[in-house]
Parts: sequence; structure tokens; C-alpha cells
Amino acid sequence: MKFDTPAGQNPIDQLKVVGKATDRIDGKFKTTGTASYAYERHDVVPNQAYGYVLGAGIAKGRVRAIDTAAAKRAPGVLAIVTTLDVPKQGLGVMNVANLFGGDEIQHYHQAIAVVVAETFEQARAAAFLVKVDHAPGAGKFDLAVEAKAAKPVEGGSGEGSGGGGEDRHGDFEGAFGQAPVKLDQTYTTPDESHAMMEPHATIAAWQGDTLTLWTSNQMIAWGHGSVAKILGIPKENVRIDSPYIGGGFGGKLFVRADAVLAALGAKAAGRPVKLALTRPLIINNTTHRPATIQHIRIGATRDGHITAIAHESISGNLQNGRPETAVDQTKLLYAGANRLTAMRLAHLDLPEGNAMRAPGEAPGLMALEMAMDEMAETLGLDPVEFRIRNDTQVDPGKPERPFSHRDLVGCLKRGAETFGWNRRNPTPGQVRDGHWLVGIGMAAGFRNNLLMKSGARVRLDPAGTVTVETDMTDIGTGSYTIIAQTAAEMMGVPLDKVVVRLGDSAFPVSAGSGGQFGANNATAGVYAACVKLREAVAQRLGINSADAVFADGEVRSGNRAVPLGQAANAGELTAEDAIEYGDLSKKQQQSTFAGHFVEVGVDADTAEVRVRRMLAVCAAGRILNPKSARSQVIGGMTMGVGAALMEELAVDTKRGFFANHDLAGYEVPVHADIPHQEVIFLDEVDPQSSPMKAKGVGELGICGVGAAVANAVYNATGVRVRDYPITLDKLLGRMPDAA
Amino acid sequence: MSRRDLVAGATAAAALTTLPAGVRAGTAATDKPVMATVNLTVNGQRRELELDTRTSLLDAAREHLHLTGSKKGCDHGQCGACTMIVDGRRINACLTLAVMHQGAEITTIEGLGQPENLHPMQAAFIKHDGYQCGYCTPGQICSGVAVLAEIKAGIPSHVTADLNAAVTASEAEIRERMSGNICRCGAYSNIVEAMTEVAGRQS
Repeated sequence: MKFDTPAGQNPIDQLKVVGKATDRIDGKFKTTGTASYAYERHDVVPNQAYGYVLGAGIAKGRVRAIDTAAAKRAPGVLAIVTTLDVPKQGLGVMNVANLFGGDEIQHYHQAIAVVVAETFEQARAAAFLVKVDHAPGAGKFDLAVEAKAAKPVEGGSGEGSGGGGEDRHGDFEGAFGQAPVKLDQTYTTPDESHAMMEPHATIAAWQGDTLTLWTSNQMIAWGHGSVAKILGIPKENVRIDSPYIGGGFGGKLFVRADAVLAALGAKAAGRPVKLALTRPLIINNTTHRPATIQHIRIGATRDGHITAIAHESISGNLQNGRPETAVDQTKLLYAGANRLTAMRLAHLDLPEGNAMRAPGEAPGLMALEMAMDEMAETLGLDPVEFRIRNDTQVDPGKPERPFSHRDLVGCLKRGAETFGWNRRNPTPGQVRDGHWLVGIGMAAGFRNNLLMKSGARVRLDPAGTVTVETDMTDIGTGSYTIIAQTAAEMMGVPLDKVVVRLGDSAFPVSAGSGGQFGANNATAGVYAACVKLREAVAQRLGINSADAVFADGEVRSGNRAVPLGQAANAGELTAEDAIEYGDLSKKQQQSTFAGHFVEVGVDADTAEVRVRRMLAVCAAGRILNPKSARSQVIGGMTMGVGAALMEELAVDTKRGFFANHDLAGYEVPVHADIPHQEVIFLDEVDPQSSPMKAKGVGELGICGVGAAVANAVYNATGVRVRDYPITLDKLLGRMPDAA
Repeated sequence: MSRRDLVAGATAAAALTTLPAGVRAGTAATDKPVMATVNLTVNGQRRELELDTRTSLLDAAREHLHLTGSKKGCDHGQCGACTMIVDGRRINACLTLAVMHQGAEITTIEGLGQPENLHPMQAAFIKHDGYQCGYCTPGQICSGVAVLAEIKAGIPSHVTADLNAAVTASEAEIRERMSGNICRCGAYSNIVEAMTEVAGRQS
């Protein structure tokens, strides 16, 4: 189905199932431990052996030799494959660093061997008998130092944001020079880790030349093609299955070493092999969100209209790596005729930088929205009012291009009213609650809506059960449920008459999970397939499909009402289609918007920051399932609190690795860090996005919230910390006197 | 005698005195694994396992009993995804060896309730959407059930202000006691709501 004109009235608008707060259909499996993740598929193939992965102990250089003699003699060992046994393997979609093969080490903990044994304990013990002779080389590990040599770079995040090395509109320097009120500040964000709860894991089984991988992957079609390419086998000989994924956040967008080593280990052992990356290996072996140094300049009139805005970002990555696209939102978020955005990339030999939840916007808004807070204070304007004053209904760089639907102002006004913003004291450091200094802060949230082709197959059986098959994944996002809601709405059946099967490369290719593009596109693909199935049903029943009404498990036309399943009496009916997009998103900018509001308490003596209240108001088109969408948003808000207050990969700039590479050293928010969180969705639809009229919310929740926390800390203390995370050591020496 | 020798000696002595019956000794990594017979009562069923003594309680469940509901998020006691209830108390099953639990009564997520026969805590997690990807969820639920039992038993926590007063299942108590169970999807706000509802029903 080609979607090239805005959606009119369609069966989804009935909202009998879609749009209702719905418990997840996979909930009873997830809460009882009966949802099986990659490493747990005891049922799929017998005789599974265990793999244990070893990582390089240097950040750069070569592996001179690997002595496996003792390990091979260890009890239970079936096979050992080292990086010296195989040539350098190819790269999969979005991979930057080599995953395995050859003697070159590009980053610390790069996979260099897999030990396969009868049991996990034996594989682990034998792995410690492998002796590696490293030849370390010199590397570059310090962004602050290498930033001086950073070069302009164009590039994308792989998840929608991106741009040229330098993008200009108007005359930034001229306008900034003449602006009566100016801000010129530099902000930094650290390297961050996805730290999803399920480690990267794979079971691999060969049957002759064909390979099946039960793995944990957000993008099945990318993974499918990548595995074939990396291993040099035809795509039709590979199957990937990921029905449950224990979190990804961008870290499982692509194939990683677990999949490659399980496949090679299984080949060498002549048996199916299961393995998981151990937690201490994950942070340096896999990818992370790169650190940024962001320079922001804003010029405005005295009444607070922005006339000039520049956002420049420097990040680092391996050779051929992409920049962190932290300046992208600044092209679209606020008005202003004279604009400059630029990205520079430094060469670093740290582990691979790549997409993490809202790549670009998450760190970009942490800087931009703190700058907006500072600018509002300089102007003597309320931060909400300053943003409203600079709202734009068109792409500021291309004024002929409007937003399809933009209600940022609605988010900010509703948020301010709900949160009690008018009770905020604009002078920092004034509000006390016992030994707590209390402050409130806000920020705008912004993330683009992306359109991607997405396919699905639907089946109807004589019992009236509708089965949906698509390679779409559910990484906690709620895909199972919104897909079931879509099929139920389209076919006029209750939710329990829909079966959803996901994550198998044998199913039609979907948009996959990333860039908050999953929900709208994947359900639109199911919509397209259901339109075809409705036609097939009508034809089978001899009804004109134009007058057929699908409701209450029946197909009705005139006086006739037939049970839906009857259409399949002569044999199961199957329909397959995909949603494909025209140029609607080129003519009009599709984005999602939020207002984030946060209250913090800062201990007057210790400078410990505690988040007390949080609210997000979101404008993101039709909300398909308010229950799971809300969870996506509070999840983003939680990760945003982590980014603001605690998350930071500590770089060992001598040895070139992230030193805090486990869940004890890399701190993420826990229960005690997060208060009750409130989310409001503005009631809206966007007919330009798809027949679902929905947009993404999965990343909107993290966009801006970090700055809202930072601005609340400033309001509480009067201390402006421009280097994230805002840990107490950065506040302590500058705190107001504790009275 | 150095401190190191002393520690090594003490460890060896401890090992000699605590080896379970049926252990066949071995020393170097290249020797055959040391095996032991371990008897456990898991979710009400007596189970006898012949285990490599290095097997964690978590792997005994996941790899030997195929009870994969308890998750391995870190294998280092840092995330709580492996939480089980052992002899009435919650523990990180990845941080303890199966052989240390001879005769223990173990409840895993599979023992609390099943898809068509949910435990009230499981039902409350579904109702309040106290999960997303589901990987930390069994640990959160086992921890949640045990936390409410701890509060009921009057066991204080770091945030209990008055040690003489009865401990209540306040949001602060729940958040403090649940902080060993990480949820990277960030369902904390919903988990607290689910637990608060169950606590209210219990009292």
C-alpha cells in the first residue's frame, strides 16, 4: 500500500480497540518467566554446547599469538576458535569496528576467541587457560585532547538525525554580532552505555550449510543480511529469530560478536552453541553513546526573539565511525533567521560509538535546553515564555516547509499549568524544605517522526482467529499489543482473537525497532495487510468490499451478517502487504514534541540531588496504547535522570578503555532515584504520518528531560553545571551557605 | 607466614570441613570437574541434581532444571534479575553456589504463579504495566513479594525512621528495598504502584 496522500477516515478511527489503555498481551508470559529470551531456548534444538567469549586486553595493536594448548586439554572443551584462526570478517549494517577475525585490535575487549565446552563452568574455566600475546600500539583516547584535531564531518545517526559538516541559513556571525542579548557557552556530555538488562546472547545451530540464530536483535532484516555477509553465506541459508528482546536502546540494532562467535563456535564444535557476552565484557566489546563537546551561541532581541542561533558539536569515534548528531534538533526547534549547525569528528581508539536511545537529540537537547534556560534568565524572561515566544510552525531553514502538526506550545502550557510552574521562584537558591534546597526546571522535548517501509502477513482461520506475522520486534516497547490492537480493529474481532508472531526473519520485513519509528510504521504495515485481508474475505463471501462492515466477529453487508471465520471455511485466507511512503514527509516536517517539568531537592550540606516530581506532556499524534506509550515515556524520563545525574563511562585515557564496565561501576537509576512520574498525551492525530495517524514516542521521553533536571538543580542552588553528569562533587564547593 | 598464606590456608581448611557428601575432590583446572549431588525443593517439588560444584544456584535452575524465568543480567550480584526466594528470603541466585543450598526450599518466578494462574503480584504488574522488555521482571516480582513479607515481619530498612514503630509499605520503604533490582526500561514508577496495590490488599 502506497501512502502518499494524507489519511482520511478509515477503520482505525473507530477506536474500539486502538487508542484504549490495554494490558500487554505478552504480559502473562513476561511476569511468569515463561517468555523465552535468546539464551533460554532449550526447546529449539537439542545438544547445545556452551561458548565463552574472550576480549582483547589492549585497546590498539595486534594479537601476536594465542596459546590454546592448555585450554584445549581442559575437561569438556569441544572447540576453540581464535581471531587468528579466521580472516578478518566483513562488517554488517551499521558496524564500524571489526567484530572478529584477523590480528588487528581496534578497541579494548574486542572479541579474540570463543571457547566451546560441554558446560558453562567448563568453558569459563578453560577460557582462563588461554594465553594471549598482545602487541600493544599507540592509540588516541582523550576527546578533550583530540578535539583540537577534529574535522568537519557530515553524517547520520542511522536513526534519522544527521546533517552536513556545516549547515547555514542567513548570516549567523553578522546577526550574532549585532544581537543585544547573547549567550556563548560550552557544554559537555559523557560517554554512556545502553546497559540493557539482557546481555547480548545467541544460540547458533548449523544444519548442513544453513544456519539458525536464536538471538536478541532489534532489526531482524538488518541482522539477517549482516550475518550472511559477515559469514560469507547466502542470505537464504540464514534464519534469525528474536521473539523476546530484553532491552536494546540501540545497542542491539545490529549484529554483534555474540552472533558471529556462536555461529563460528557451532561450526567448529559440530554442535549447536549458546553463548552470552558476560556483563563485564559488554561495555567495551559493544557500542556506546559517544561523549560530546557542544558550543552553543544564541543572540536575541531584548524582548526575547532569537535572531541568531549556532550549535556546534565535537565527538569522537573509530576510523569510519559516525559523529554523534547532537546539533540536529537545533535546525528545527526554534525560530530565528540566522542559523549555523556544525559537527566535527575526532579520531579516537575507544570502543565503537553508535546509536543509543535518541542518538543526537538526547545529548543535543541536554546542552541546547540548558542554554535556553540560561538565555531566558539573561533576558529576564520566564523559561516557558521564552520558548513559546520562539515557537515556529515552519522549518526555520526552509520557511516554505511547514510542520505537519506542531503543538509544542500546547505541551508547555499544559505542563506549566499541571505542574504548578507559576509557584516557581525565578531567583535560584531561595526555596527550602528542611535541609533540602528545592528547585523546579523545565525543558522542551523534540524528536523527529520517521517513516519506513514495513510489511506484515495476516492469516484468518475458520475459528475466526487472526494471526499476524511480521519480523517486527518487541524490545519492551509494546509492539505485540499495538499490532494485536490494529488487527483487531481492522478485522472487527476482540483482542483475544488475534495472535501476533514477531521477530522471525521468515516473516515479512518490517520497520524494526529503532529511532522511535517502530510503532507507527509496523502497525501501518499491519493495517495494509488487513486491508488486503478484508478484500479477500469480502470476495470469498461474495460481498462488495466497499460496503462490508467488520465488527463483533462478523462481516455485515446490508441485511446479511456472516461470522468472519466462515470466509476461511474453504481454507485459510492469507494476505500480505507493506506500507510504503511517498514524499509527504519531505513536503511537511513530521516531528514529536514534549514539555518536561522536574522538581529536585538538593541537600544543602552534601549537595546530593534527589528528583522529587516529574511530568512530561507529549504531542505525538494518535497514541495507540496509552498504557504502554506512557511506560515508554517514563522509561525515557528515567534514562534522562540517569544522564543528568549519574551516567558516565569513565575513560582510562592511558590504556584506552571504559574502566567502570559493569552495572556496579556504571551507575543507572534505581528505584530509590525515581519518584512518581506523570505523563499527559495531548489528544491529537497526524494524518500525514500514516493511516494510523500516529507518531513515535519511544525516544521523545528522553529528549530534553536531562536539561529539565539540570535546570531544576540550578533553580534550587544557583549553581550552573555545564558538564554532565551533575554529580555532587561539581556542586559542593559552589553551594550557597547552609544556614 | 604472610597474610596471603594465612588466607589460602584458611580457605583450604574451610573447604575441607564444608565439602558436601558425595564430592569427589579435584584441584587443577585441567582435572575433571568436582561433582556433587544436590537436593533442593524447587517450587514445591523435590529435585536431585548431579552438579559441577562451580554451578551457581541460578545456573542450576536455568540450565539444569530448565527454569529460565530467573534471569542472568550480570552474574555478579549487581542487577537483581536472578532474584529467588530461598528458605523465605530473597537472594541473588547468581552469587551463590547450588551446593550451598542442600535441602533448601526455593521459590522461583515459575512457582509464584503461571500464565493462567497468576500470583496477585504478577497480576498487579500487568495491570500497572510494571515492566517493559520483561527481562528484569521475574526478579522484580520475586523481590516485590519478599519485600512485602519483610515489611510485614517488621524488618527495618535504611529509610525506616522509627525502629520502635511498625514498618509500613510506604513508597519510600518500597523504593529503598527494591533498589537492588535494576530496570533499565525504567518501569519503577509503575512497579511501586503495583506493589502498593498488593500491599494494600494484604493488610
